[in-house]
Amino acid sequence: MFIIKCPYCGERDHSEFSYGGEAHIVRPKQPSELSDGQWAEYLFTRKNIKGLQYERWNHAHGCRRWFNMARDTSNDKIHFVYQMGEKPTK
Amino acid sequence: MLKYSIFSLIKNAFNYHENWQKAWRDPELKKKYDVVIVGGGGHGLATAYYLAKEHNLKNIAVVEKGWIGGGNTGRNTTIIRSNYLWDASAGLYDHALKIWESLSQELNFNVMFSQRGVMNLAHNQHDVRELKRRTHANRLNGIDCEWLNTKQVKEFCPIINCSPNIRYPVMGSTLQKRAGTARHDAVAWGYARGADSMGVDIIQNCEVKGIKRKRDLVEGLETTKGFIKTSKIGVVAAGHSSVIANMAGLKLPLESKPLQALVSEPIKPVIDTVVMSNAVHAYVSQSDKGELVIGAGTDSYVSYTQKGTHEIIEGTLKAILELYPIFSRLRMLRQWGGVVDICPDASPIISKSNIKGLYFNCGWGTGGFKATPGSGHLFAHTIAKDEPHALNAAFNINRFISGELVDEHGAAAVAH
Ligand SMILES: Cc1cc2nc3c(=O)[nH]c(=O)nc-3n(C[C@H](O)[C@H](O)[C@H](O)COP(=O)(O)OP(=O)(O)OC[C@H]3O[C@@H](n4cnc5c(N)ncnc54)[C@H](O)[C@@H]3O)c2cc1C
Ligand SMILES: [Zn+2]
Repeated sequence: MFIIKCPYCGERDHSEFSYGGEAHIVRPKQPSELSDGQWAEYLFTRKNIKGLQYERWNHAHGCRRWFNMARDTSNDKIHFVYQMGEKPTK
Repeated sequence: MLKYSIFSLIKNAFNYHENWQKAWRDPELKKKYDVVIVGGGGHGLATAYYLAKEHNLKNIAVVEKGWIGGGNTGRNTTIIRSNYLWDASAGLYDHALKIWESLSQELNFNVMFSQRGVMNLAHNQHDVRELKRRTHANRLNGIDCEWLNTKQVKEFCPIINCSPNIRYPVMGSTLQKRAGTARHDAVAWGYARGADSMGVDIIQNCEVKGIKRKRDLVEGLETTKGFIKTSKIGVVAAGHSSVIANMAGLKLPLESKPLQALVSEPIKPVIDTVVMSNAVHAYVSQSDKGELVIGAGTDSYVSYTQKGTHEIIEGTLKAILELYPIFSRLRMLRQWGGVVDICPDASPIISKSNIKGLYFNCGWGTGGFKATPGSGHLFAHTIAKDEPHALNAAFNINRFISGELVDEHGAAAVAH
């Protein structure tokens, strides 16, 4: 159980949020030009990091906005949150 | 290996059971092995067992970062069944179920396999259609499966609340009678003992830290007990598979998520089967000690903490109480979590990789305990022959590129 600090609403219980997976995976501009392997890489392959992961969350039962978060998946400690479109600060 | 029997039991009773032979050795790690299995869970130990037994390989090690069976093998709710939808899955899981049926005799170790039946409840029209479809598919594949209507559900498992007025009324159920449960620790210990007796070195407290490769060939493993030279590595690390793949510079189509279970205080026998429900995310059986064994769905986010959130348990218990009002006064004794490795199609990977000599057996997610004997058997074949067995060919890693997925979300996603 952890508390997430929504950049728009502040600290709320994590149960108000839904998880959106690994962040910064960009949808290829021209899917038809990719090989099957590259498409599989985009669609299915994940870093699945044990350690600091950049991920997306949605404040589903609150402001309903998306944002990014840096969380350590080995202990669920949240390091910082940042907005969509931003790059992580470290 | 000492054979366990009524006679060895009586003989050892005379010296107060203080002179039993150790079930397996605690050997020194050698510098070089023909095959190294990473991960001493049920699947890893079974793989080593069949490598030694059926492929005549003798110089094998299983390296385990903690103690054997301390991962998901020792944390799961032990449901065993083979009623999956697609032909490939039916072949895979029923292969395992057939081995379960004589495993205690084969290992000379009581794995307490109990074919008490597994029910999958339907709570809405969609469930009814899906589960009937699965019943037919199972029968076409020669897997026993029956459809029970609400009245028959009540007869088979009387404590289920079959009132039409509950939020998720019971509209029927599938029943696989050959399905059931087994004792999780015994499976790890039985395979460990069998593998050890054929010369397999089981090395506990030995964590793999790196994989050494030369171009596309593996050369060995860095571990906390030193370097091991080997040309074949079988990775069977469940939730940590991605971490190990990463050491070889590979990424896998997996996400590792928390999955929890809990047990109640022990009570007299009230439920002699296993009941699961996909719609309300809950399932229950009763252990031989009398505890109710209850499980739920996963949390949605990636985590390696081996603990999940309270709300998952709360949701599960709400559903359990509505379906079984008789449990309302029970106290829960223990709760725990494991890290499960989930594939996008909810099916496992038993496969070679792009690196020669590096094999993966992973992606079993929430439901791999049932497959332990079959998985070990097929993975041993894949490693020894450097090609898959017919039964695991569909579960290769390249299916995510070709698009030939084995989508078992209906049979596997919540149900374990
Ligand atoms: C709560 C829960 C309930 C479940 N219920 C069911 C069920 O009812 N039915 C069912 O069929 N399945 C169920 N499962 C799934 C099942 O437990 C797993 O699919 C199965 O046990 C996996 O076995 P394994 O041997 O592959 O993994 P594990 O038993 O997890 O073994 C992997 C081993 O690898 C070791 N390891 C990891 N990293 C390293 C490293 N770097 N170096 C050395 N060793 C390493 C770990 O310590 C671990 O012991 C459940 C799982 C959980 C968590
Ligand atoms: Zn918000």
